[in-house]
Amino acid sequence: MENLKHRPVRTFLSVIAIGVEVAMILTLVGLSHGMLQDLTRRSQGSGGDIFVRPPDSSLLSQSGKMPEGVVKKVRSIPHVTLATGTLIQPVSALEYITGINLDEFNALSGGFQYLEGGPLRQPDDILIDDVEARSKGLHAGDTIDLGRKWRVAGVVASGKLSRMFVDIRTLQHLYPPSGYISTIYVKADSAANIDPLFDALGQNLEAFKIYKMQELTSLYSVDNIPLLKPFTTVVIAIAAIVGFLMVFLSMYTAVLERTREIGILKALGASPGYILGALMRETVLLSIVGTLVGIALSFGTKWLMDTLAPTLPTAIVQDWWAIAGLIALGGAVIGAIYPGLKAARQDPIEALAYD
Amino acid sequence: MIEIRDLKKVFHLGDVDVHALRGVNLSVTKSEFVAVIGPSGSGKSTLFHILGGLTPPTSGSVFIDGRDLLKMSDAQRTNLRKTGVGFVFQKYNLLPTLTARENIDIARDIAGRRNHAPDPWFQEVLKLLGIERRLNHKPRALSGGEQQRVAIARAIVNHPALLLADEPTGNLDTENSNAVLAVLRGLNERIGQTILMITHNPEAAAYAHRIVEMRDGRIVE
Repeated sequence: MENLKHRPVRTFLSVIAIGVEVAMILTLVGLSHGMLQDLTRRSQGSGGDIFVRPPDSSLLSQSGKMPEGVVKKVRSIPHVTLATGTLIQPVSALEYITGINLDEFNALSGGFQYLEGGPLRQPDDILIDDVEARSKGLHAGDTIDLGRKWRVAGVVASGKLSRMFVDIRTLQHLYPPSGYISTIYVKADSAANIDPLFDALGQNLEAFKIYKMQELTSLYSVDNIPLLKPFTTVVIAIAAIVGFLMVFLSMYTAVLERTREIGILKALGASPGYILGALMRETVLLSIVGTLVGIALSFGTKWLMDTLAPTLPTAIVQDWWAIAGLIALGGAVIGAIYPGLKAARQDPIEALAYD
Repeated sequence: MIEIRDLKKVFHLGDVDVHALRGVNLSVTKSEFVAVIGPSGSGKSTLFHILGGLTPPTSGSVFIDGRDLLKMSDAQRTNLRKTGVGFVFQKYNLLPTLTARENIDIARDIAGRRNHAPDPWFQEVLKLLGIERRLNHKPRALSGGEQQRVAIARAIVNHPALLLADEPTGNLDTENSNAVLAVLRGLNERIGQTILMITHNPEAAAYAHRIVEMRDGRIVE
């Protein structure tokens, strides 16, 4: 403890390095959890109980289309009270427009809450949610260029399926072949009939992908998203290596600086285990303080993300605080082992002669 | 107390063998204060390091309080340094980040005696050393004489059989040198501490009961 206080700059830098490592892990995990939670929340905000995707689609991809006629077939199945088709059209790597039938979508979702402006009236009208509006600094009446110019007819409260909505007919016309949709949202006549309806849809729409909204939370998990888990693992590994290197350098220079002090301890009868233990206690203390700093920093990165990139929602994932702390501690302890062994093996006579 | 017979120490420096000790014979009785004098390179420091268990002897026999240093492993020599011998160095060698009290306590901690009850004997020693009121200061706030007295306190806190002092006044002015030497003499007289002191200084050596001279790796008396 006294050694850490005696060398405040190095202690500060070590704590910050471990803190950045922890914050990096927590931010990445928070971003992936936040985006998936947001996706789940918005999907469930559609009001549908079940959704149907084309046979060649996957849960998260915007690819795959099916003929509009499938909606009619769905509506003919018992226990269906509402069914509406939507068309997803990507406009950039992370952005997409959703084509909707406004009346049907309102009936399904309970209707938009308009914060500015009003509903879609003209073919080139677009509705954006408040997060998108804040992100791009847009207001009702402004124009947005998404490969084609759209007029912002209204700003709606977020939480209903998408961030940008246009009339489905316009979108189908702009992006042929016309008469195709991406997803069908289905409302059951009662909660008790969701499971029978799910089974009936499966029987009637063989090969189509059918999902229950209530299962979305588990379906939209990091484990189910292709490449997300390896990506997260790689970034966490990089963060752990950064922490390991910083602690290694810090402890290595500490051992060099304290060669004489280590010699004194050895002259007093300190065993290699005692010296290694002293360095490890410092390392553990640095890791604990660094983890606390990292957790605090992760609140800062969340604020930054929310401010600078509101369309990339970041969550505070408390379950990962201990995990990130253990990763940091593991990297730090490994980083301290070599300098610790070097210290423990020092010849006391040579160490005492060191200036 | 100390029995040294035909002690030899050879350092292997590359292809060259350096004979630092060439057959030292020396006996020190309990409660004796012995000064070892001699020119640089005479082998004083090597003798100090061997008696302190900092380096093993090459051959001969060295007994401290009945324990044979020649047969000791590294771990056994480490244990010897915990409670068997105490060191006082020319440069004090206090840990700069700790207070005087903590410097003394760490020696107790290493010896596994940190949680022992307060030692009335040691309180008396602190009074004798005149540092009771300076214990909460860090070394940088202490004079050289005070630092050396703290180092002496640390060296004897675990009741070592032997106190080894290597040029304890080498960094001190005359006044502080006399004070430190008086303290060593006082420890020897009042509590019977066995002391072996290495020095260049004949005036310092005069505080000891007996002076032995080393030359070319041997005791010449």
